[in-house]
Amino acid sequence: MRLSTRHILSINDLTKKDVLTILATASSFKEISERPIKKVPTLRGRTVINCFFEDSTRTRLSFELAEKRLSADSSNISKSGSAMANKGETLLDTVRNIEAMRPDILVIRHSVAGAPAQAAGATRARIINAGDGMHEHPTQALLDLMTINDVKGRMKGLKVGIVGDILHSRVARSDMLLFKKMGLEVTVAGPPTLIPFGVEEAFGVRVASDVRDVLPELDVLMLLRVQRERLGEHFFPSAREYARYFGICADDLKSAKEDLAIMHPGPVNRGVEIAADVADGPRSVILGQVTCGVAVRMAVLYLLLGETHSE
Amino acid sequence: MAETKGKPLLGEREMEAEITRIAREIVSDGTENVALLGILTRGVPLAEWIARKVESIQHRPMDVGSLDINLYRDDLSEVSEQPIVKPTEIPFAIDGKGIVLIDDVLYTGRTIRAAMDAIIDFGRPRFVRLAVVIDRGWRELPVQADYVGRRIKTTADQNVKVMVKPIDDRNEVWVRKQK
Repeated sequence: MRLSTRHILSINDLTKKDVLTILATASSFKEISERPIKKVPTLRGRTVINCFFEDSTRTRLSFELAEKRLSADSSNISKSGSAMANKGETLLDTVRNIEAMRPDILVIRHSVAGAPAQAAGATRARIINAGDGMHEHPTQALLDLMTINDVKGRMKGLKVGIVGDILHSRVARSDMLLFKKMGLEVTVAGPPTLIPFGVEEAFGVRVASDVRDVLPELDVLMLLRVQRERLGEHFFPSAREYARYFGICADDLKSAKEDLAIMHPGPVNRGVEIAADVADGPRSVILGQVTCGVAVRMAVLYLLLGETHSE
Repeated sequence: MAETKGKPLLGEREMEAEITRIAREIVSDGTENVALLGILTRGVPLAEWIARKVESIQHRPMDVGSLDINLYRDDLSEVSEQPIVKPTEIPFAIDGKGIVLIDDVLYTGRTIRAAMDAIIDFGRPRFVRLAVVIDRGWRELPVQADYVGRRIKTTADQNVKVMVKPIDDRNEVWVRKQK
C-alpha cells in the first residue's frame, strides 16, 4: 500500500483511497501510544527535520513524538533559534542547505501560504505541510476526520458545523476540502466579515448566519480559535462581542443532538469561542483530537517514507 | 516431494490432525501461565484453532493475542508495496508469561525475529516458543520451531500457501510453483 502523492502539501494531493489508507494506518498506530514502551523500530535510520518557521507548540510536539515513536532521527529548526531563518537567507537557500544534509522528510510550518510547496521543488526529501499561512493544515484535517470517525463510527452523510474565522483559518480550509471529499456535509458560520466571499461555490458548503439555527441537525460542531494575532480590530468589535454572538456555551447546546461531538483545533480561548463548561463537558472530544494527532502523523510519516523505500 | 498439481499437500482432515497434534504437544509441555500469540494474518485464526483444541483437551481456556510484525521488519527497503499495519492486540501481560508464537509457514526466520523484537517491547516473557503448520526450510537466521505440523523440502521457486478459515474458505495447505 502506498500513497499516490510524494508530498502532503494540500488535502487536494490526496485521493479518497489515500485518506482511507492514512486513517486505517493511524488506527493501528494509536495502539503504540498505549504501550508501556511507546516505540517501534520502523523508521530507524531515517531523518526528519521539523522546520517550524512560525510558532507552534502542539503541532511540533505532535510531529516530534510521532517521529520518535517510529524511531526516526529528528531535528528541529525554529524561528527564534535559527540562524538560517534570521539572517536574511531565503527559504529556498535554507532548504537547499538542509537538502545537502540528506534528510528524508521535511515537516514545514511557515507563515507564508505556499512555502512548503515551494520547498518541495528544491529537495529530494518528502515535504509535509504543517500549516502554511492562511492556506492549509492537512494533517490537522486528517486528525479531525479520524476523531470524527472514531467517535461516530462513520463519516459519510454526517453534518458538521464549523464556526469562527473561516477567512483566515487554514484548519477550516483543509477541513472543508477533506470533509467534502469524504462525503460529510459542512455548514460554516461566523461574523460576516470572516466568511470568505463565494465560499459556498468554492467548497460546496452551506453558510449559516447564526450557527444556532442549524445546531439541532449537526453531528459535529468544530469551533475555531479566534486568531487575535491575525485579526487586529478590523473584523469584529471585541472578543466580548464575538463571545456573545458566536461563542458556544452549555445553554446553546440544549437544542443540539445528545451525541453532538464538540471539536476545537486548539489552543482554546476559554470564554471567547468556547465556554469552559463546553470545552470540558461530556460532548467535548478536544483531547481525543490531540491523541489522534500523533497517530495520524505517525501514519503519514510511515506511508511517505515507505514510498521512498520502494524507489 | 512438495510440488502438487490439483491436490493440496494437506487437506482439511490432515490439517485438523496436525493442529490437534500441536495442541497436544503444547499441553504436554505445560500450559500454566502460557499464552498463544498469533502472527497476523493467518497466525491468528491458527492460534484460535489451537486454543480451542487445548481447551477441549484440558477444559481450561488459553489466552490468545495477535501480533503485527510489519513495524519490526528489516526489509522495508526491499518490499515494493508498503505493508498495511494492523492493530496488535495482546489482552494479557507479557511479563513472566510463557508465549507460544503461532505462524503458518516458517521460511527465512525473519518474521520470527521481528516477532521476538515486538514481544520484548511489550515486556519480558518467561520463554518464547514457536509453533508453525509448515516448516519449508531456507532459513536465513538461526531460528527453529518447537512445534511443527509438517517439515517439507521445497525449492526456491515454490510458494507454500496455508489456507485457514475464516480468512480463506477452507483449511488446506498448497505447494505450488511461483508464477
